[in-house]
Amino acid sequence: MRRRPTATAGPDLPGVDLAWSRTVTVPDPDGVPRCWHLLDNGVEPSRGTLLCVHGNPTWSYLWRGLLGAAPAGWRVVAPDQLGMGWSDRLTTPRLLGQRVDDLGTLTAALGIAGPVVTVGHDWGGAVSLGWALAHRDQVRGVVLANTAVEQPPGDRGPVLIRLAHVPWIRELACVRTPLFVRATSALSVPRLPRDVRRALAAPYTSRHQRRSVGDFVADIPFAPHHPSRPSIEAIASGMRSLDVPALLLWGPRDPVFGERYLADLRQRLPQARVHRFDGASHLVTEDAPGYAAAVAQWAEDLTADTGDAGSHAPLAQRANGSLWSALEERAGDPTPAVVEVAGARVSWAALNRRVRELAAGMVSAGIRPGDRIGLLMEPSADLTAVVYAAWRMGAVIVVADKGLGFAGMRRALRGAAPDHLVGAVPGLTAARLMRLPGSRIAVGRLPLPLSRALGVWHTLEELAHKGATGPMPAEPATDRDCAVVFTSGATGPAKGVVYRHQQVVAQIDLLRSTYGITSDDRLVAAFAPFALLGPALGIGSAVPDIDVTAPGTLTAGALADAAAAVDATVVFASPAALRNVAATSAGLTQQQTTALGRVRLLMSAGAPVPVPLLESLSGVLPAAEAHTPYGMTEALPVTDVSLKEIVEAGDGEGVCVGRPLPSVEVALSPLTPLGTAEGPLTSEPDRTGEICVRAGHVKDRYDQLWLTERSSSRDPGWHRTGDVGHLDHDGRLWVEGRLQHVITTAHGVLTPVGVEQRVERLPQVRAAAAVGVGPAGTQVVALVVVPTSGGPRRDRMRLAERRLAEAVRAAAGTEVAAVLTASRLPLDIRHASKVDRQRVATRVARVLAGALPS
Amino acid sequence: MKVLLTGASGMLGRTTAQALIERGDDVCVLQRRPSGLACREVLGDVADPTAVLRAAVGRDAVLHLAAKVDVVGRWPDYAHANIEGTRTLVEACRRLAVPRLVHVSSPSVAHAGRSLVGAGAEPADPGTARGHYARSKAVAEQLALAADTAALAVLVIRPHLVWGPGDTQLVGRLVARAGAGRLPLLGHGTALIDTTYVANAAAALMAAVDACGRAHGEALVVSNGEPRPVREVLARLCRAAAVPAPHLQVPVRLARLAGAAVDGIWAVTGCQETPPITRFLAEQLSTAHWFDQRRTRQVLGWTPQVDLDAGFARLAEWYAAGQPPVA
Repeated sequence: MRRRPTATAGPDLPGVDLAWSRTVTVPDPDGVPRCWHLLDNGVEPSRGTLLCVHGNPTWSYLWRGLLGAAPAGWRVVAPDQLGMGWSDRLTTPRLLGQRVDDLGTLTAALGIAGPVVTVGHDWGGAVSLGWALAHRDQVRGVVLANTAVEQPPGDRGPVLIRLAHVPWIRELACVRTPLFVRATSALSVPRLPRDVRRALAAPYTSRHQRRSVGDFVADIPFAPHHPSRPSIEAIASGMRSLDVPALLLWGPRDPVFGERYLADLRQRLPQARVHRFDGASHLVTEDAPGYAAAVAQWAEDLTADTGDAGSHAPLAQRANGSLWSALEERAGDPTPAVVEVAGARVSWAALNRRVRELAAGMVSAGIRPGDRIGLLMEPSADLTAVVYAAWRMGAVIVVADKGLGFAGMRRALRGAAPDHLVGAVPGLTAARLMRLPGSRIAVGRLPLPLSRALGVWHTLEELAHKGATGPMPAEPATDRDCAVVFTSGATGPAKGVVYRHQQVVAQIDLLRSTYGITSDDRLVAAFAPFALLGPALGIGSAVPDIDVTAPGTLTAGALADAAAAVDATVVFASPAALRNVAATSAGLTQQQTTALGRVRLLMSAGAPVPVPLLESLSGVLPAAEAHTPYGMTEALPVTDVSLKEIVEAGDGEGVCVGRPLPSVEVALSPLTPLGTAEGPLTSEPDRTGEICVRAGHVKDRYDQLWLTERSSSRDPGWHRTGDVGHLDHDGRLWVEGRLQHVITTAHGVLTPVGVEQRVERLPQVRAAAAVGVGPAGTQVVALVVVPTSGGPRRDRMRLAERRLAEAVRAAAGTEVAAVLTASRLPLDIRHASKVDRQRVATRVARVLAGALPS
Repeated sequence: MKVLLTGASGMLGRTTAQALIERGDDVCVLQRRPSGLACREVLGDVADPTAVLRAAVGRDAVLHLAAKVDVVGRWPDYAHANIEGTRTLVEACRRLAVPRLVHVSSPSVAHAGRSLVGAGAEPADPGTARGHYARSKAVAEQLALAADTAALAVLVIRPHLVWGPGDTQLVGRLVARAGAGRLPLLGHGTALIDTTYVANAAAALMAAVDACGRAHGEALVVSNGEPRPVREVLARLCRAAAVPAPHLQVPVRLARLAGAAVDGIWAVTGCQETPPITRFLAEQLSTAHWFDQRRTRQVLGWTPQVDLDAGFARLAEWYAAGQPPVA
C-alpha cells in the first residue's frame, strides 16, 4: 500500500507544506479514471499559473522551492506524472504523446484557464513543451531546466541513457533495484541532506512502484522508429514557433544533459534568457535553490509594466566610427602597428591587409556573423589580427585569459560555448583537455598527425589565403555583440561580460579624449586585454615579453625593451607588475633608461595603487604622469586620478579614485544595516553605498547569467559595480571595498578599506585585512595583519602579541575584537593585488570560534 | 518601587541591591547570612516557603539571584537551591500577587559545548547543559518562564561571565590558579569570549526590573558586547591582579578529555576538592561564546557604561589596594 504524503501519515518531506498536497481523479483520454497526486498552492491565479512538470525518476517534490517562493497572484501546480510520485501506477508503458494528453486532461479538470507558464525539468521539459504547443492561446512563457528535446544529427544521446536502453540493464537498474532512483539524487552537488534524498526516493521504494521509472527511460526516443519519435519531433520543431518569453535554467555539471543540449535549446528558443548556475548539476532545483527566486522574478517581470527585464536601456550616447576605422585610415602607413619584442614587427599597412584577408577568409570558410570565436593565444601580432578580423566580419571574440587558471578557464570557455577556437599547439591542446566545443583553427602550420590529433579544421594561413580572393563581408551593425570577456573571478566564479561594438567604440573614444591620445602615441600594455586596443586607438603597440599569468614578473628591463621597440609614450600595467618594475630598476642600461624617459603617461588599474609605489616609479619613468583609472571588467574607465590629485586629496575613508570622467555618471545606492545596497540612487556627498555607473561604454550584459544581470542592472541603464564607496564634497569618488566585504556591526555598517589603510600606516604592519566575524547585523571586527617582521612562519594565523595588538587597535578607528597575524594575505590571481577578504574571513571565523585544530 | 532581591551575598546581588538602594527603591534582601546592606533583610533559605513569603509580601517586583554556583558538589544540593528555590519563589509571587519576577539565569543553560558566535538566547535545555549548575539552572529557567502569565510577568536575564572587584567566583578562582601556575591556556586561546563587568550587569538587572511587564516571557543574554580572544581576556585579568599570565599551553583535545575524566572521577568519588579541570571549563576556555546583544539592549533600553578598558582599570586598582571589601 502506498502512503501518499498527508498531514496525518506519510513520509517526512522537508520543505513541503502538506496543505499543498492533494489528489484528483480524472478520466484519461481513453476514459480510464486516473488518480493524480499534485502539489498545488491553491492561490487564486490573478496573474497566472506556473505549471511545473518533473522528469524521471523524480516527482513534484522537486518543485517545493518554487511553491514556497511563488510570486503574488501566481498559482503553482506541480503534478506527479502518471505512474510516478504518488499518482496511480500504470501497468503498461506510457508514450510521450499520451503523457502530453494526460497533462491536458488534468489541467482541464483543475480548471486552469488563464495565462500559464510551463516549467519543465529533465524529460518533464518535453511533456511541458507538448502541453504548451497544445495550449498556445494560454501560454505566456516557458521555463526549462536541464532538459533536451532532440539530439543533434549524429548524436545518439547521453551515454548513461543509452546504456539504460539496453533492456536488461534498464530492468536491473531502474525497476528491480533503486539504483537509478538513488543515483539521480546522488548527482547533486553539494550532496543533498539525507532527509531530502529520502524524500526524493520515497515514492519509489518497491519494484512495483518503480515500474514506470523503467518505462519512462524506455520511452526516450533515440531509435528512428521509436513509437514516441513523431511526438518528440513535433515538439522539437514546434517549439521554434513558441514566440513567448523563455527562461533556460542550467546546471552545467550535469553528466547527462551536457552543454550541447543547452546550445540546442537556445537555438530553438533564440529569445530565451539563460542563467547558468555555476557548480550545479542535473538536479539544478536542488543544487541551486536560487532557481525558485529566479523563476518568481521572471514571472513577475512578465506581467510588470517594464516588460521583459534584463533588456538594456538605450545607450546614453551614440558612438562614432568603428573599431577598425584607424586601421583603414592608416592602410598605407608603413610604420609599425604591432611589435612583438622577441618577434614580428607588423606595419599598419600589413595589419590592415591581414585583417581584411582573415575577415573575408573566415566568411568563406563558413564562420557566420554572431559566431563566437574563442581565443587561446598568447598576446601577439597574430592575436591582434584575429581579433580585428573577427570584429570586422561580425563574429564575437571570447577572451578568457590564463590568469583564471586552468579550471576557471575551462568553466568560462565551456560556459561561453564558442563556435570556433583559435590557438597554437598549447592552446588547442588545452582546448582538447578542457573538452571545449567548436571547430579548431590553428595558428602556424602543424605536422599532419598533430593537426589530426587536435582536430584542426583550418589554419590561419588557409583562412588568409581563402580571403585574399574572397569578397569583403559587410560591416556588422554597431549594436551587434563583439566580445565576451571575463571578470577576474576574485569575488566568485569568473563572469562572462558581453560587449557590443558601440560600447567598445565608446570606450575607445573615452580613453582617447581622457588621456589626449593621438596617432603620435605608442603603447606598451603589460595587461593583455588592454594591449588589443592599440589598433582601435590608432596607436602602435608593443607586446612585452612576459607571462600574463604572473604580472609580478615584469621587470624594468623587459618594460624598457618593449618601450624601446615602439618608442612608447604610454605604459599600462597592473600594480603588481609595477611593484616589480620598481624593484628591478637598478640595472637598466643607458638605452633602456632613455626609452623609459620618453614615456609621458603611466596608467595602472586593476586594484588600488599605493602612492609610495607611484612615487618610486617617478625615478624609473621620469617624464611620465602617473594616472590610475578606476573601473572594472564591466566598465573601464569610470574615473581617473593622477598622482598629484591623490596627494592633494589626502587621507580619507577609502581610496580616492578621482572624479567621474566626462559622459560617465556615478551614483551610490546606500547600504542597509545588514550590508545590502537597497537605497535609491543618490549622488549626495558622504553617503556610503554601492557604486553604480551609467555610461555609453558600460557592458551590455552578463553572459548567460540572467539573474546576475537582472540584479546588476535593476536600476534601468545603471550598472551596479559591487564596489562600495562615497562621493566627497568635491565630487571625488572614494572606494571603500567590495559590497560582499562590508562588515555589519550592531552599531552600523563598516567598510574595510579605510580601517586597513589606517592600520597599514603603522611601521610594524606590511599589509592588513579587516573582516567581520559573526552573523550579519551583529558582527565584530577582526584584523589580520602581516607584520614587517616577526610574523608567524608558514601559513598560520596567530594572535598578535600585546604591543602590536594595542597599536593596531589604536590606529583602527573602530572597535576591534581580535588582532591576528599571518605570513601573507590571499590575493586574486589576475592582478595579484586584490585581497580576497572572503577567504580571510572564513579562516578568521574558524580561528576565533575556537574550532578544534583539524 | 518595592523590590525583593534574593542572593545579596554574591558580588552581583550585592552590587545590584546597592544600586537599587542608591536610586531610592525600597529594597528587601533575602539570603542566609547577613549582607550588611542598609536595607530591610530577611535571613533564610530561598527554598523555605515561610522565609520567602515573609520577604516577598507587599513587593512590586522580585529579582531572583540566589543560586548555588560551583563546579563541585552533589546534585541534590544544586536541585534544592536552584530548582526548589525558584519554585518556592514563583509560588510566593503567585500567592502574594507580586506582578513581576526577574529571574537571573546563565547562558550556560543553553550551551552544549558548541561555539556560540553572535548567538541569540536559545531556549534552556537541561538535557544538553553541562554539569550540575547549568542543568539545575536550565530547569529553574524553564520553570520560571512557564509561570509567565497575565498576573505574573516573568523576564529572564542571563548575564554572561560577570566579573569585577570583589569577585570570589570567576576572577578569584582564575587569579588563584594563575598565581599557582595552574591556569592552562587551551590551544592558542583564540576563541572569542564576551564577559560582563559587574556594574553593567547590575544596571541591566535594574533595567530588567523596570522593563518587566511590558517585556516578559523571554530570556535575554546580557554582556559587555566586547568579545575578545580568551588568551587576551585571561592575560588582562592576570595583569590587573599582578600575577603571571598563563603560559602553560595544553592541546584542546587533551584538555577536553581530561575534563571529561575528572568529571567522571569526581562524580564517582564524590570529591569536594576544586578539580584541576572540568569538561565545562575546558569547553568554556576553548570555544567562542559571544552573543547578539541587539534584542537585549532594545528591550531593556540599557547599554553598558563601563567598557573593558575601564573595567580592567578598576580591577587593577582594587588589587593594588589589597582587595578591600567592596561597599
